[in-house]
Amino acid sequence: MGTVQPALDVRGLVKRFGALEVLKGITFQANVGDVISVIGSSGSGKSTMLRCINLLETPDGGEVRVSGETIAMTKRRDGSPVPADQKQVDRIRTQLGMVFQSFNLWTHMTVLENVIEAPVHVQKRPKAEVIAEAEALLAKVGIVDKRHAYPNHLSGGQQQRAAIARALAMQPQVLLFDEPTSSLDPELVGEVLRVMRALAEEGRTMLVVTHEMGFAREVSNKVIFLHQGLVEEEGPPEQVFGNARSERARAFIASQL
Amino acid sequence: MDFALMWDSLPKVLAGAGMTFQLTFLALGLGFVLATVIALASLSGRRWLSLPADGYVYVFRSTPLLVQIFLIYYGLGQFQAVRASFLWPFLREPFACAVLALMLNTGAYTAEIIKGGIRSVPWGQVEAARACGMSGLLLFRRILFPVAFRQALPAYGNEIILMIKASSLASTITLLEITGIARVIIAETFRPIELFIVSGGIYLVINAVLSRAVRALELYLSPQLKDSLDSEQRRQQALGVRVG
Repeated sequence: MGTVQPALDVRGLVKRFGALEVLKGITFQANVGDVISVIGSSGSGKSTMLRCINLLETPDGGEVRVSGETIAMTKRRDGSPVPADQKQVDRIRTQLGMVFQSFNLWTHMTVLENVIEAPVHVQKRPKAEVIAEAEALLAKVGIVDKRHAYPNHLSGGQQQRAAIARALAMQPQVLLFDEPTSSLDPELVGEVLRVMRALAEEGRTMLVVTHEMGFAREVSNKVIFLHQGLVEEEGPPEQVFGNARSERARAFIASQL
Repeated sequence: MDFALMWDSLPKVLAGAGMTFQLTFLALGLGFVLATVIALASLSGRRWLSLPADGYVYVFRSTPLLVQIFLIYYGLGQFQAVRASFLWPFLREPFACAVLALMLNTGAYTAEIIKGGIRSVPWGQVEAARACGMSGLLLFRRILFPVAFRQALPAYGNEIILMIKASSLASTITLLEITGIARVIIAETFRPIELFIVSGGIYLVINAVLSRAVRALELYLSPQLKDSLDSEQRRQQALGVRVG
């Protein structure tokens, strides 16, 4: 019997900014279909961890494996780490669809152009096929009528749903969400969370850095609590929210309710 | 004021517009390519590339264009090596010298404009592109340059107008563009005011058309700007109400 590879396997991830060690050795796995919420106070390293996984930040130590493939790292002459093969990084990044806090849609392209950009120009897939798929994705996130609009003509919630469609268009193994609702007006948070909940129910593998405790508790099947660059508590939401072993996790959760 | 003379010389001076356009747009086209290379070299973060690039920009922005034209036209021929080189058939021609000087000059200014445009690209959009697997030339071609170009277009429109006007300096090295022809007629008629009004008026019309064309291009490339145009009008109205 062959063992099933975890979709994402993070081992001993370390990241330093100058003298400050932000991540001190983070280890966890996401199996296919897992929805993992990463919670913790600001400065605990949640976003940095997410950004190290797709190498928007270069980790100083540790290993990231995506569907069993290790991202190869090497060192520059001065000893600083650098990806060994940019081509591999580019390819793996298409397997890690990322959704940003501030949407980061490309302002010179329409919504549809944003969604088809990476499949057509990075993955070199046939344009007609990609467009059909993109329109289906935009219908799924509920903004197919806005496909020819430019990002600045959309509300924050619509922009974030377009950004989710853009991430999905690459047919990624894992979706990375970096505080996807934190820069939205309160009345727009719901529409984005509904889309994310639907994706979770489809069985997508998701890693969600969030302050939405409701989402973490109800939608995810696993919660990771980060504290000062380490995994302080990890487990199913009932356990982390109801019966955390760590004092700090209990204090943090109490402060969020 | 000799209106008859002005009317008569209008078509003659206007005939120089062709030369003005040739000088300006040849220099702008070549200068733009040069400027893109210089801007990338300057932003490369490698000193052996950025130092010469910044040096070039510094020299050509800090010396008068007229001096540059004279140095190239009168100066290069002083060197035996230049006279012996394969470039001499070009460099002995005033037209090539003028284009070269204008190109080097606009290249320096445009490099700064492009650098400003690239710096103003929101970092999040670049990160999103990297997160989608873009890097290197693809990232530059699809995201960085198109966004930077749109940001830089108003400033570059300014540069186009400055170049139309700067091309008049080519008349000092015998070229018969708009100002050159006006000067020839002045020498024959001793009527500088009339002729300079005619030539100045032609520049005015050319630049009015060009600045509208650039604005139209801006709106064509950035349809999302139409909103900000509305808000600009609203701002003007608000200002008008307050002042009036």
